[in-house]
Amino acid sequence: MDLDTITAVLRPPSLDELPPWQDGDAWLAGGTWLFSEPQPGLTRLIDLSTLALPATEVSEAGLWLSATGTIAELDRLALPNDWIAAPLVGQCCRALLGSFKIWNRASVGGNLCMALPAGPMIALTAALDGLCRLRRPDGMARRLPVTDFVLGVQRTALAPGEILLGIDVPAAALKRRTAFRRIALSPEGRSGALLIGTRDRAGDFALTITAATPRPVRLAFATVPAAPDLQAALAAATETDGWYDDVHGAPDWRRHVSGLLAEEIREELAR
Amino acid sequence: MRLTVNGQVQDAAPHAGQCLRTLLRDLGWFGVKKGCDAGDCGACTVHLDGEPVHSCLLPAFQAEGHSVITIEGLAAPCAPGDGVPDGLHPMQAAFCAAQGFQCGFCTPGMVMTAAALDQGQRQDLGTALKGNLCRCTGYRAIRDAVAGIAHAQAEGRPVGRSLPAPASRAVVSGRAAYTFDAAVPGLLHLKVLRAPHAHARIRHIDRTGAMAVPGVVAVFTHEDAPRHRFSTGRHENPGDDAADTMVFDPVIRCHGQRVAAVVAESEAAALAGVRALRVEYEIRPAVFDPDAALRPDAPLVHDPADREPPRPGEDAPPLLPHPNLAAEAHGAIGDVEAGFAEADRIHEAEYVSQRVQHVHLETHGALGWLDPDGRLTLRASTQVPFLTRDALARLFDLDRDRVRVLAGRVGGGFGGKQEMLTEDLVALAVLRTGRPVKYEMSREENFSAATTRHPMRVWVKLGAKADGRLTALSLRVISNTGAYGNHAGGVLHHGCNESIAAYACPNKRVEGYAVYTHTLPAGAFRGYGLSQTIFAIESALDELARDLSIDPFAMRRRNAVRPGDPMISTSLEPHDVLYGSYGLDQCLDLVEAALADGGGEPAPGPDWRVGQGMALAMIDTIPPRGHFAHARIRLEPDGTYALFVGTAEFGNGTSTVHAQLAAEVLGTVPERIRLIQADTDAVPHDTGAYGSTGTVVAGQANVRAATALADKICVAAAERTGTRPAACRLTRDGVETPSGVMPLADLARDAVFEAAGAADGSPRSVAFNVQGFRVAVQPETGLVRILRSVQAADAGFVINPMQCRGQIEGGVAQALGAALYEDVRLDAEGRVVTRTLRNYHIPAMADVPVTEVLFADTHDTVGPLGAKSMSEAPYNPVAPALGNAIRDATGVRLTATPFAPDRIFHTLTAVPEKASA
Repeated sequence: MDLDTITAVLRPPSLDELPPWQDGDAWLAGGTWLFSEPQPGLTRLIDLSTLALPATEVSEAGLWLSATGTIAELDRLALPNDWIAAPLVGQCCRALLGSFKIWNRASVGGNLCMALPAGPMIALTAALDGLCRLRRPDGMARRLPVTDFVLGVQRTALAPGEILLGIDVPAAALKRRTAFRRIALSPEGRSGALLIGTRDRAGDFALTITAATPRPVRLAFATVPAAPDLQAALAAATETDGWYDDVHGAPDWRRHVSGLLAEEIREELAR
Repeated sequence: MRLTVNGQVQDAAPHAGQCLRTLLRDLGWFGVKKGCDAGDCGACTVHLDGEPVHSCLLPAFQAEGHSVITIEGLAAPCAPGDGVPDGLHPMQAAFCAAQGFQCGFCTPGMVMTAAALDQGQRQDLGTALKGNLCRCTGYRAIRDAVAGIAHAQAEGRPVGRSLPAPASRAVVSGRAAYTFDAAVPGLLHLKVLRAPHAHARIRHIDRTGAMAVPGVVAVFTHEDAPRHRFSTGRHENPGDDAADTMVFDPVIRCHGQRVAAVVAESEAAALAGVRALRVEYEIRPAVFDPDAALRPDAPLVHDPADREPPRPGEDAPPLLPHPNLAAEAHGAIGDVEAGFAEADRIHEAEYVSQRVQHVHLETHGALGWLDPDGRLTLRASTQVPFLTRDALARLFDLDRDRVRVLAGRVGGGFGGKQEMLTEDLVALAVLRTGRPVKYEMSREENFSAATTRHPMRVWVKLGAKADGRLTALSLRVISNTGAYGNHAGGVLHHGCNESIAAYACPNKRVEGYAVYTHTLPAGAFRGYGLSQTIFAIESALDELARDLSIDPFAMRRRNAVRPGDPMISTSLEPHDVLYGSYGLDQCLDLVEAALADGGGEPAPGPDWRVGQGMALAMIDTIPPRGHFAHARIRLEPDGTYALFVGTAEFGNGTSTVHAQLAAEVLGTVPERIRLIQADTDAVPHDTGAYGSTGTVVAGQANVRAATALADKICVAAAERTGTRPAACRLTRDGVETPSGVMPLADLARDAVFEAAGAADGSPRSVAFNVQGFRVAVQPETGLVRILRSVQAADAGFVINPMQCRGQIEGGVAQALGAALYEDVRLDAEGRVVTRTLRNYHIPAMADVPVTEVLFADTHDTVGPLGAKSMSEAPYNPVAPALGNAIRDATGVRLTATPFAPDRIFHTLTAVPEKASA
């Protein structure tokens, strides 16, 4: 929709020439969220597309996901054969509420910065030990695990004027076995619970819970836990923040189905 | 900046925060629709450098230097004002051939998306098209279009065949003009400030800030508006609804009520003006629950201390003196207590139907201007142009002939546009400014400030003998009409009528209350009260049948009315409903046989439980108390016909049917009938297309007009040839007389041939629908999968089978939305929470199973050429049939819709594991 309070769009040519951050500024990547709701508090858009942030790249170290790379580009990415976690990419793209048309514009970084519980790029990068690379307004860099970047519902660790440049996903994480489960109130609806399990060669098992919880929850074990242990860990990890409550699923249902899906993942990865 | 649109290089100067959708419309590309303006519905889909994108989400400046293709240019380069192209893109042609649309408002986006799919995506359309919402079709016809399956027939008799809609090519090429698809020079834009409280009195509105905004032309508040009260609900008899609403009211009775309007040179200026208004409120206690509203000490929604209370509507006036009662319905026949005493089994329970929204893809709105004569003219998104004209004339003290209301093609209605929700504001602004004014609701406004279905709690008690024969039936209905009483009485009355008149039971009692609360007003909605009461009654009947170990089909056969039985709800007063035809027996047989034939999907896995269920619905083919239509038809100089009718086209398909009916009577082909419709200048009066009357009332008027014209033409032809009129016969473009063919164009050369017809909507007949489902339920997650869906309909003689099938499929899909997902949620302050399509989930393609549609073979003695209405009816039996199937699968009765997985999970876990009955 038209954002009628916007008076200027700034298109800085490089990171070194960013305008001083003001109240009412917003970073513009794909715009698929920004333009989907009234934004009466905004007056300026700062377009990231002209900045040429470091492009998505596959290397021996792992996967660098450019914040401004689109979901469509991510879905098309050819990954090395030994990155057996690769199917997660497509599964998470398909978990986006928006269709492939949205993928054409929506950015990976935007999905993280939105910090919606159901953001599937959050699930993907949190499950694969993603590390956010941020640039502070003073030009200094800092790094944060995805699980520390997303703090709550539509709340992130970004300071005013700070930019998410991208996410590093280590190759080691991409070489893990994975299991993906998702449930929603309708077949293609917004995720009510999205769980990802990973297991590496050494036997380490991790379970990431998103959508069902206000922020991503990650449980790590040195080996595949017994069923009751996993459920107990799940209960303990969600004790403080609880289960997410909105029109896309009642909290007790999310808790219940998360327990079921966690157990399915445990069984699959125990094999 | 410069961009290329449909091969045209165009210069544009977008505003900083403008999206591509509005820029394209500014450039004249009206095929780019606004369904949600938020990226959810896909109606604005265009191709940007060949890739499909939602143009409402794309910053306009990012299109600089790029190539955009809209629906208009999909087939070939074109200019903004061009007409329907000669050649269609293959996908456009496929949507014509399959008639993959009804109102057609989603069609441009649907076609643009479908045209961009690769082979792989076409294999999984549910995923590929999850970003495109259609509210009318139920998606089967869209699936067929993408698959290249054709349904439209060309040659042969005009009626009884699947002719395509006359506007097909215009719809699929984006050239059909909807309400706002017109460039109006000097247009002003109107935006509304809406109340942030559920109950308050406006102390003061400071408009100085708003007036200081550059571009703001006027501000309107309760100080500027007419003091007359009216009802937004429109009926033939305006007295049916309580006159309790004002253009602006100093008392706020629900969150989202209008406070003020700002009119400005641009939408942005109008919005800035709205933000600059300062309002002081005196906040009052509010009541949201109808039961609480009926307590003696409840806050009053229409407080006599504020003003003289509204006189109740005449349809079902309240008997009790509680000021929060909007309407009541009471009645009884026989001796209900004796009937229950005589029963071997009794079932009683409360069934709850939630608040749901119509979600027509075109939001409410109107464009208005003064014509060169100074006459107030409105182009509105309405189902009732004539009743709106009458209401505006009364409200502004104008003669009726000083107001003209017309409709372009309307993007869906479902009852929601049997209300005047925007036209009064536009009229006020036009009359005060003298300039053209547009008010188009946002999707958010449409969710938070337009009408909904009446939420209802229905307590039902049924008693039956061991053989299944009903001995007594009792209903207690609490309907929440919200802050205003539009349709409160009508919906209550109607809901308590056919739902129980469908059963021959000697003892019946109804007690119904429509209650004012401080919530957004409910209004007319497909089914008009029946979907809520039928959910209760058909669920209860299922329980009773189970208790008696009687098959649900047998239970209906034992109790449903059949010709000869009087159709009685709770009054023995004579009425004008008769069995013009009766196909319920066939419908029951058809669905029973279909469910037994083993077809459908298998259960997804061993942990799913399978069950089946059915329900029936009866509906009068026409609303009571008079429904009028006029038609006029004229032989044109070229030998074709011009047909004038009042009814609007909003996906109901009546335009097709009108052409078919006239062609049949005049012995010609539908292509030779030109329809002029939905314009108060076209005919003297038309009550409007509500209550499923497009075919059966306006169609009847049309048949009468066409019959009279045919007689006149034959008489004239006989005179000129010296033969007898009875020996003359109309053909495609001439009259066959015993002395040869006389071309119609020759006849028309030196005489005017015109005839009129009218219909008064009486007598009325009854139509029937039976829905059957087989479902699988996964108890652990609450997920429901529909394995088989079948609906049989008694629509009388089916004028257009493809179109009638589409109405039924669409009705089932919309009802599945209400049965499974949809719920307008309010927070503790009465504010609507579900304000976007991503938070109010209407069925997408992946949600809707194929419904097999079967027709009873009947011929109605009342309707035109044997036809009956079939547009609201298919909605009504769906929720109970689904609930009955889930009950069969799980052993648990769900008494409230929607049957969402989290609610099913709650119900299943609340009840200890029960063996499937």
